[in-house]
Amino acid sequence: MGWIGDTVDSIKSIQIRQLLTQVVSLGMIVTSALIIWKGLMCVTGSESPVVVVLSGSMEPGFKRGDILFLHMSKDPIRAGEIVVFNIDGREIPIVHRVIKVHERQDTGEVDVLTKGDNNYGDDRLLYAQGQQYLQRHHIMGRAVGFLPYVGWVTIIMTEKPIIKYILIGALGLLVITSKD
Amino acid sequence: MHSFGYRLNGLLTFAVTILALMCVIASLSDNLNIPSPSAEIQIMNINWFQKQPKGSDEVILTMNISADLQSLFTWNTKQVFIFVAAEYETRKNSLNQVSLWDAIIPAKERAKFWIRSSNKYRFVDHGKNLRGKEFNLTLHWHVMPKTGKMFADKIVMSGYSLPEEYI
Repeated sequence: MGWIGDTVDSIKSIQIRQLLTQVVSLGMIVTSALIIWKGLMCVTGSESPVVVVLSGSMEPGFKRGDILFLHMSKDPIRAGEIVVFNIDGREIPIVHRVIKVHERQDTGEVDVLTKGDNNYGDDRLLYAQGQQYLQRHHIMGRAVGFLPYVGWVTIIMTEKPIIKYILIGALGLLVITSKD
Repeated sequence: MHSFGYRLNGLLTFAVTILALMCVIASLSDNLNIPSPSAEIQIMNINWFQKQPKGSDEVILTMNISADLQSLFTWNTKQVFIFVAAEYETRKNSLNQVSLWDAIIPAKERAKFWIRSSNKYRFVDHGKNLRGKEFNLTLHWHVMPKTGKMFADKIVMSGYSLPEEYI
């Protein structure tokens, strides 16, 4: 009887230990992903260092599903740069090229007009009511590099949330059932 | 430890890592290319130079643009986006850049060209400062790669000016 009690005890203790180890390793994975993301935010100086291209307004340069790496430095905004900006009241950032710059002598503030390469007209239609130009605080970053096709993962997960849940469920299952 | 799932996971991770490394190396190979582009812009005619009813000056002009940008292309180049901007200074603004014309060059063969065109985009000032104004015409180019880092540079051509009076 004592032997059975010992075995049951040892089994219980192994399971708790294993469970705790797995929870801790899962936590480590999540935290290191967060550290990398926040580190990228610091290095690039931008709130959102990687964005996915959602529309075809910059074709054939950037297609839907490409991802862009952003960088924001204190350098002034100049014509020709590809910038990512937010319009007040819209949450989706837009990636277009700067075509007009007016920089004031005294304050150094800039008025910027943008246009998508594949669009016929400039972006005044997209700006908020009565807004003719963008200012620096609207701009989240400049695009400095890009990778094709990788962003499709994000687009699929956003447009069909079922896939997101399936993926997370499968990953969770994999972690829990792993025997090492 | 040797189940199908683990093997697939290992294979996929390895494949993605190698792909990412290849993209980085492809992008680094662009640095080996030293471009030597050339360009020339002539203003053929100022067609229209008036102040708009709302108040700002507007110019319509015709340009002859010739350029040789073939040295910008590498095996990793998807396209080169070029545009011509008028740059000038006014009393109120230390720098104004107005894009007048742009084009996309998809391949090396098309990178040596000559074109006559009026400005695609409206040359409108932030005020009424353009009479007799001297300005630079700058040809900017933006090399967009198949993967990796984008490069941009420009050639500044100076010595252009607008007439003293409205036409």
